[in-house]
Amino acid sequence: MRSELHFDAVVIGGGTAGLTAGIRLAQDGARVCVLAKGHGSTHLAPATIDVLGYAPDLVTEPARALEELIAARPDHPYALIGSEVIADALTWFATTAADGPHPGYGYTGGLERNLLLPTALGALRPSALVPETMAAGERSQLHRVCIVGTPSLRDFHPSLCAANLAAAGIEARAVSLDLTLERADMSALGLARYFDDPKWRARFCAELSLALRAEEHIGLPAMLGLRDPHAVLTDLEHRLGRRVFEIPTLPPSVPGMRLYEILRAALRAAGGRLVLGAEVVSSARDGERLTAVSTRAAGRDLVYAAPMFVLASGGFASGGIELDSHWITHERVLGLPLRGLPDATQPPAPRFVATYLDEQPLARVGVAVDAQLRAECVENVIIAGATLPGAAPWREGSGEGIALASGYRAAQVVAGQANAKQEATTA
Amino acid sequence: MSDLAEHELLRGSLDHCVKCTICETACPVSNVSPLFPGPKYAGPQSERYRVADEPSVDLSVDYCSGCGICSQVCPQGVKIAEINAQARHKLKRQQGVPLRDRIITRPTWLGRAGTLGAPIANFSLTFKPARILAEKTLGVHRDAPAPKFAGRRFSKWAQGRTGAKTGRKIVYFHGCGTEYYEPWEGEKVVEILEHNGFEVIVPKQDCCGLPLQSSGLFDDARKVVLRLARNLAAHIRDEDTIIVGNATSCTLMLKREGREILGLQDDPALKRVSERTYDICELLLELHDRGELNTAFAPINETVAYHAPCQQQGHWVGKPALDLLALVPGLEVKEMNARCCGIAGTYGLKAEKYDIAMAVGRDLFDQVAASGAPTVACDSETCRWQIAHGTQLPSVHPIDYLHRAYGLGH
Repeated sequence: MRSELHFDAVVIGGGTAGLTAGIRLAQDGARVCVLAKGHGSTHLAPATIDVLGYAPDLVTEPARALEELIAARPDHPYALIGSEVIADALTWFATTAADGPHPGYGYTGGLERNLLLPTALGALRPSALVPETMAAGERSQLHRVCIVGTPSLRDFHPSLCAANLAAAGIEARAVSLDLTLERADMSALGLARYFDDPKWRARFCAELSLALRAEEHIGLPAMLGLRDPHAVLTDLEHRLGRRVFEIPTLPPSVPGMRLYEILRAALRAAGGRLVLGAEVVSSARDGERLTAVSTRAAGRDLVYAAPMFVLASGGFASGGIELDSHWITHERVLGLPLRGLPDATQPPAPRFVATYLDEQPLARVGVAVDAQLRAECVENVIIAGATLPGAAPWREGSGEGIALASGYRAAQVVAGQANAKQEATTA
Repeated sequence: MSDLAEHELLRGSLDHCVKCTICETACPVSNVSPLFPGPKYAGPQSERYRVADEPSVDLSVDYCSGCGICSQVCPQGVKIAEINAQARHKLKRQQGVPLRDRIITRPTWLGRAGTLGAPIANFSLTFKPARILAEKTLGVHRDAPAPKFAGRRFSKWAQGRTGAKTGRKIVYFHGCGTEYYEPWEGEKVVEILEHNGFEVIVPKQDCCGLPLQSSGLFDDARKVVLRLARNLAAHIRDEDTIIVGNATSCTLMLKREGREILGLQDDPALKRVSERTYDICELLLELHDRGELNTAFAPINETVAYHAPCQQQGHWVGKPALDLLALVPGLEVKEMNARCCGIAGTYGLKAEKYDIAMAVGRDLFDQVAASGAPTVACDSETCRWQIAHGTQLPSVHPIDYLHRAYGLGH
């Protein structure tokens, strides 16, 4: 028996883009399987949905800035997706999060106005949609703030955060609480498990109350529980009598784990399958069509066959695209042709720029696609997320926006092609 | 393959670690206990200090339960759990293996003895003074879940069975849990397979060696798994022969862990067994995907909580039981998303680890309670015993529902 499994669509990649594509396809009635080598960037990123933060200056109205970007940069993923689909994707995501596994926990915001939220360093970062647990940290609401940390969480320094917020004109101060914990140093995740416990929260609040001043908002590293963050936030605000907000931390990202759970649960609820640990190791083609991919399961390779595929395996950071030691760039899963490579003809363009924070020549490399996000040369593979070319998410503040909108769009394209095929067969 | 070469194979994956901490988000043990510093620390970071032919540098790696979730969620393909299993082997070889670990890792010996004297054995397992004595002398925790010996053996039932002698032949690997503790699960497997037109062959078989491997007794584990592989391989008639098992951790041992962790990649018998072994739910769902599963299921109007055990997740095939249970009309399945029940085979039996195992399982036990489901389905027998212990609810293999929905109930 050869293990060959048939689906209407197979999605490669279990980050925000791949899961969104998978959920949308499953909600559309398709038999869909999402193959993930491991967890994606959800577990590392702040879990805010940043659509467009810089273009190149700080963006205050993302809806308007998006229109300008789309007009000026026809090769940008947003130009291929279109502003209407971006807006639909955001609305859909906000609904999905609100219906998710954490009761009462939702996202707020929209495309009209970017929300400016403090980072762990006390910078203000623009996002379109943010978890409700971060909302009270928004710049316009932030007049007096107390940043609270604990020496056990070594990656979060409340005094550094507060000093930078003060430099931005916010009345900010820092409090460091010595918490009695079972080990000397903890990650935000370890602390989140404490916050899940109501008795521990009560003790924490009693201790923190002693250090508080009037009419302060309280900023905590993002660790307000994994199971029921809405209840944790409500409880803290009630006990402390002040607005409380989360500040994203270095990985692991607690809000990111919640985001993953929201998407994972939505995929399952829609009837889609998720296979973790499923690295795609080979693929089969018939002319210009991909017919199947194989994953390395325990004992043997499994073949997943489908008429349509979505590739959302990530960019350089996730290993979806690699630069090898011979200075050659590859798309690693299917070996698809890339776009945006620096000119290799004589004299060759510089491979890196000397200034670390400047945009690198390879930043916009991605799989070459047409206007429908279809891979060049392989007509039934739709590209989503950081695998797309033409964007520099870390400079633009656009990573999650592109992931969400392109995953959403990829599902539309797959469904459209399936319908077109069906109509052709009927005719 | 030499110890060194097998080690280098896994060690090569270390270079892919980008220290992203995703494994730390998933580790059931380090998230509840300070005694294990986590897969990243114990794995890719500590590995830099481990040198072949030099003494072990480890102190805490024995607190890794070996569940394997870290390797599954790693987006870079680092073989974290496998590297840590080898480090534990070296540590235990240096420290010496306690008598307890030599006993509880031998389910075949225990099973044979326990089956003969089942009433006495079962009484001792529930008799508190005996358990306290076992804890004091051996280090088996007095409250750890201990299954009852069935007092009969599955293989005896199988020998006396006059099932279908037509249809496609399939080789059934039942494992020790079915043989000595839950023979009825094996009977259900056979009846479901026959109901779907298979002729079930039950070869003579013993332990897969997983308990020995997970306690760091690699030499014994190799002997045991290779003996089993040869017994099963003798029944491989052609390229299409399938081996199926319902003990999901034991089928994973045959498929992958024995070859990777014990360095038996090149053993021809184990390779042939490995590539054709299926977990029962994996097989049934694959049959369904091919339109070959009998889906004449009668309704079961019940709710069941489903926990996919770590070792089932290690097959890297998703959660087939969820899709199978969804085929039963009326059955409401609530998927639990806790990482681990805590037992990890024999880990939670050990006196010094029992509290950790229960703390690991707490999340699952709470989710089960919140779900309101009266029963918990789970693919692994040791996990079921732990779940029953932690939730005080019955825990069954997912195929029990299929068996009932087929109307095959006894």
